[in-house]
Amino acid sequence: MIEQIRDPRSARAELFAFLGAGLVIAFAWAQIAATQDALMKVHAGIIGLSGLAALVWLLYRLIEGNDGRREKGYNDSVIRAGVIASVFWGIAGFLAGDVIAWQMVFPVLNFDLPWFSFGRLRPLHTSAVIFAFGGNVLIATSFFVVQRTCRVRLAGHMSPWFVFWGYQLFIVLAATGYLLGITQSKEYAEPEWYIDLWLTIVWVVYLLVFLITIIKRKEPHIYVANWFYLAFIVTVAMLHVVNNLAIPVSWTGTKSYILWSGVQDAMTQWWYGHNAVGFFLTAGFLGIMYYFVPKRVERPVYSYRLSIVHFWALIFTYIWAGPHHLFYTALPDWAQMLGMTFSIILWMPSWGGMINGLMTLSGAWDKLRTDPVVRMLVVSVAFYGMSTFEGPLMSIKAVNSLSHYTDWTIGHVHSGALGWVGFVSFGALYCLVPWLWNRKRLYSLRLVEWHFWVSTLGILLYITAMWVSGILQGLMWRAYDSLGFLQYSFIETVEAMHPFYMIRATGGLLFVAGSLIMAYNIWRTIRGDEATETIQHPSVASSAAMTPMPAE
Amino acid sequence: MFNLHKFLETRSVFLLIGVLLTVSIGGLVEIAPLFYLGSTIEKVEGMRPYSPLELAGRNIYIREGCYNCHSQMIRSLRDEVERYGPYSLAAESMYDHPFQWGSKRTGPDLARVGGKYSDEWHVAHMVDPRDLVPGSIMPGYPWLLTTPAKPEGFGDFLVANRIAGVPYSDEMIDAAEADFIAQAQPDSDEAEAVAARYPKAVVRDFDANPEMVSEMDALVAYMQMLGTLVDFSVYDATGSNQR
Repeated sequence: MIEQIRDPRSARAELFAFLGAGLVIAFAWAQIAATQDALMKVHAGIIGLSGLAALVWLLYRLIEGNDGRREKGYNDSVIRAGVIASVFWGIAGFLAGDVIAWQMVFPVLNFDLPWFSFGRLRPLHTSAVIFAFGGNVLIATSFFVVQRTCRVRLAGHMSPWFVFWGYQLFIVLAATGYLLGITQSKEYAEPEWYIDLWLTIVWVVYLLVFLITIIKRKEPHIYVANWFYLAFIVTVAMLHVVNNLAIPVSWTGTKSYILWSGVQDAMTQWWYGHNAVGFFLTAGFLGIMYYFVPKRVERPVYSYRLSIVHFWALIFTYIWAGPHHLFYTALPDWAQMLGMTFSIILWMPSWGGMINGLMTLSGAWDKLRTDPVVRMLVVSVAFYGMSTFEGPLMSIKAVNSLSHYTDWTIGHVHSGALGWVGFVSFGALYCLVPWLWNRKRLYSLRLVEWHFWVSTLGILLYITAMWVSGILQGLMWRAYDSLGFLQYSFIETVEAMHPFYMIRATGGLLFVAGSLIMAYNIWRTIRGDEATETIQHPSVASSAAMTPMPAE
Repeated sequence: MFNLHKFLETRSVFLLIGVLLTVSIGGLVEIAPLFYLGSTIEKVEGMRPYSPLELAGRNIYIREGCYNCHSQMIRSLRDEVERYGPYSLAAESMYDHPFQWGSKRTGPDLARVGGKYSDEWHVAHMVDPRDLVPGSIMPGYPWLLTTPAKPEGFGDFLVANRIAGVPYSDEMIDAAEADFIAQAQPDSDEAEAVAARYPKAVVRDFDANPEMVSEMDALVAYMQMLGTLVDFSVYDATGSNQR
């Protein structure tokens, strides 16, 4: 049972929460009254309603007499919410991706509607999968891992919940903004100035919650997974702030102009963009790998020294790789050469992480056969290895001159995103649900098998189609006829893509189907159902072993 | 070395500082010099800030996410220069807040699309791309034709750009609303002033609808000036611009 104790710090936290909710409502009120911008009115409305919801919840606690009480033991309720949010946003993001994939096959699917056209839906897809799905997985798993590996309760009384709900508000504002045409057009940083400011506040609280939990730890050492999470949180904060510096046209309007321009802005953007990959989608998810792979296979991490070397090498090297998005452009040559050099060097620390993850299975390789969750985790690390080999290859200037601007890049991103980020997240979710809801096991391992194979097939269709279409289009663009003229008009190269876009969209559909299978399985597990299966459930860390109270 | 690491992994704040220092170096080395090196901040003859109507068109270009499928950066490769024109110079995007170089060419590069097609072609193509290019997979944007552009208070947009470093004069800011409308009304008295303030600005009724300055007017005005400001017949490619 969860004990509760009265604590003056909790009362103080609630006072701050009331003040915060009041400020949010006041801001929304003032915006609605002052703004001439209809889009800002919509967003101020959403912000105001969120503030009101927070206020109602705080008052409800007060009336119920739950205020001022601090729960003991691990804080798992916010992680449960994070797991559900991850599954929800995952499906939404994958679905949005498949919709725009079909739009590229049949352009009539844009329906001539402003809010449903490819240009507005594509940022919706990328933000939904990276920030909504990936972000929720990272927040939930980091909160889980940091408590277990530090053997203390998560720091903060209200703050973890503020991080969770504040982040959901960021997602809703960003997503609705894209549909309404509110964007600053910086890829993976499209939300406008006021949404960026809100995310900055949420992110700083996230950093504090995580850091203070580590500071309070009952273990002498900080576990390796937490180095990666910490590097992810603090670096993303730095990237986000610098890349999004902007001058709003009006304090009551949605539009702003980025402070940087031209070549400086391009370099800043891809310094941000590539490290959104390096820190959000890699360092953070390596944190997941370093906890969930050893835990699920019940083996120690393969090499402590390798983890130290590859951690520092990875975070040092990644930051330099941005210019590989800007080869043969107006960016100076020396910067391009630095980008290429460090991108190739990056192959080594990346594979250091892969080796450390895979070799953790030493002596437990049989689990690859017997436990589909382990298979998912291991295949994710294999995809990580593959895409971190492909990345340096594409960062060689000569290769990039062919691959850049083509679907090869899209395929590369998705072997990393679907294969690595997707599968390691699914593996972690499959581990977390029985632990968090105190279930003996997952509802069905057979469904995990189905999820694994359907999604793997989808990924393979996706990336092979994009290899062919990307290299084909790149070659067509530079093809010359015997008289020395360009052989193909641009539209001929577009028409040649059609069959591959069809295959890609089909692969995407399979991936969406896999995620629906997962959602069903997780829902049944939460309900406490267990399917009768011929498949043998492997012995893995049980939920009971995962919930000992920390010494208080 | 591994004993040294024991120090870091048992002191959270030092670990945090260590991470911050480690991840700061690459960005500082690659980004900071771009603000003072000659090849990235040089001025090139012909570059000027966007006219109000062009800037409004650029806002629409950004709003509709055109950058998701169209680049505005011709690389220094033979086939690109032959297909699209002279490779893009750093100076050509010096007033672009933010840059629109793009990362994917689902459609062709637009860095020098200005003047390549007629206004009528652009309008018809925006309304239904497959009317003109049967194999195109571009979405249609028919609503631009019926949505009025908003010149009211457009000076504020220029002011924000000026704070970010674009050299708009007081005169340009004061005349922003008038210039916005006049650029789509070639017969008006103010039309000449637009061309004087913004050299090479195309003053035309882009959507052939004199009743209204539409979002289509703004977008086509922007498309028609892209890549036209620098005169490459007199541009010295062997000078300091060479990269």
